[in-house]
Amino acid sequence: MNPVTTRPAVRVTGLRKAFGDKVVLDGIDLEIAEGTVFALLGPNGAGKTTTVQILSTLIRADAGDIHVAGFDVNREPQAVRDAIGFTGQFSAVDFLLSGRENLLLMADLHHLDRRTGRRRVDELLERFDLVDAAGQMVLKYSGGMRRRLDLAMTLIGDPQIIFLDEPTTGLDPRSRHTMWQITRELVAGGVTVLLTTQNLDEADDLAGRIGVLDQGRLVATGTPDELKRRIPGSRVRLHFGEPGALSAAARVLGHDSVHQDSPSHDSLVLDVPTDGTPQSLKRLLDRLDEQALNVESVTVQTPDLDDVFFALTGTPHAAPGVSA
Amino acid sequence: MSTSAYALRDSATMMRRDIRHSLRYPILSVSGLMVPVFLLLLFVGVFGNTLRAGLGTATPAGGHYIDYLAPGILVMTAGASAAATAVNVCIDMNEGIIARFRTMAITRTSVLTGQVLGSLTRTLISGALVVAVALGLGFRPTATPLQWVAAVGVFALLTLALTWLTIAIGLQAKTPAGANGLSLIPQFLPFISSAFVPTASMPAGVRWVAENQPFTPIINTLRGLLTGTPIGNSAILAVAWCVGLMAVGYVWSRFRYNRYVIRSA
Repeated sequence: MNPVTTRPAVRVTGLRKAFGDKVVLDGIDLEIAEGTVFALLGPNGAGKTTTVQILSTLIRADAGDIHVAGFDVNREPQAVRDAIGFTGQFSAVDFLLSGRENLLLMADLHHLDRRTGRRRVDELLERFDLVDAAGQMVLKYSGGMRRRLDLAMTLIGDPQIIFLDEPTTGLDPRSRHTMWQITRELVAGGVTVLLTTQNLDEADDLAGRIGVLDQGRLVATGTPDELKRRIPGSRVRLHFGEPGALSAAARVLGHDSVHQDSPSHDSLVLDVPTDGTPQSLKRLLDRLDEQALNVESVTVQTPDLDDVFFALTGTPHAAPGVSA
Repeated sequence: MSTSAYALRDSATMMRRDIRHSLRYPILSVSGLMVPVFLLLLFVGVFGNTLRAGLGTATPAGGHYIDYLAPGILVMTAGASAAATAVNVCIDMNEGIIARFRTMAITRTSVLTGQVLGSLTRTLISGALVVAVALGLGFRPTATPLQWVAAVGVFALLTLALTWLTIAIGLQAKTPAGANGLSLIPQFLPFISSAFVPTASMPAGVRWVAENQPFTPIINTLRGLLTGTPIGNSAILAVAWCVGLMAVGYVWSRFRYNRYVIRSA
């Protein structure tokens, strides 16, 4: 790991938060270097949103030393707010105003003078491809347009640190790629980004470092490559037409195969680990072919969030409602 | 700019936002206006003659029931408008944009003062419209320009007091329906006051409530200023009630806003 040469944008030690009896964050330590992207990866209820809400001064932690942009979030919340931009999981936009009015509202609240404000607003409308919809009420915007406006509003104040809480959840692929592109541009411009996601690809693609959050604990932190080494590789999933073929194949493949006892697959599925190369796939299929085993279909599964969790926590965590 | 100049600017920005909302979504403001206009028509057009006969010497100089009634309806206008504010605030607080405001280095209470100023603007317009309707129905105020200014001042003070209270209610309530329910109190309390009939005509228990609740001195003050009936110590009581209620509403609102938990999370 590279030593952090600059002041960290975010430094958290011993962060704890409970809502009533329910412990949401159970001792988080976190450091994010300036000008980097850090992804908090985890399923619903892992504590991602709570972490972002604490770092962005929305709610207070029960315990912990929390510095954002060098300021203590409890003692100097206004200084923190001055340095950050926040894009919430639920669009932090005003639905009854137009896109332009939303941005002008932000310009006013950042105390920009009228001319500078208008210029910034026009620039951002242009950059986020919202010029045509600028006069429309946000209520009529699509999900992707709302997220773009949301982020544009965050950028009016030129924040040093931006919090993006699940910025692409529920977006279509094109809007998602637009958001990714914009995030990359921001980081290239020296901004620090903390994003939360349930999507491993997103974290892999964007983040320099990833923290895996599970039940209020950071179970692993590292670069995408470091984490991937801890995740079992790709596997080939074999679907069979009838139980006889399945058990025959299980005998042939022996320890190489794992019977997926899952009701959704009618238990006629075998998983075989693979390194993902065409050669290994061919060898596997050849073996089955030699025995004249009838496989109905073959799919190659790449590691997903479930695998990360299985590897890191030993418990499979479905991430409900995610179609990543 | 100094901190207080920023505070003013932020509040003005938030007020513009609130007024834009009213223009975009006028149903709430219009429905707040319908109640007092309906009561005016009902009590003047339907019950007016009988009530006037029963009023006797309490009728102001002009001798028409509407001269007695209009100031009370004006107070109910402020109540109805404040109720709309409670619903407004409750809906608004569930919006994601409020979370954004909380993460910005803006004057903390500007979100609330913006709502108050927006509500004040709406209520003053509603009040003017209700006066216009009353004039059309035969209301003949005898106020001098100075008395008009004083009447507008009392009305504005009442509106500020009610608005701070209903903002607290809007922050406290979990749903807009709940906010609406709680805000029925300032809407219905004027019925047991000197708004429609003099408190002296009421049975003992009710009369005690009517004479000691805030709306009676406020209505008596407005009635005195507009139609020349005696005010007595009502003016001092009216101002004291308004300032007191405003202080309670302000402290309660700030408390709720500061400890607010994001509900959509």
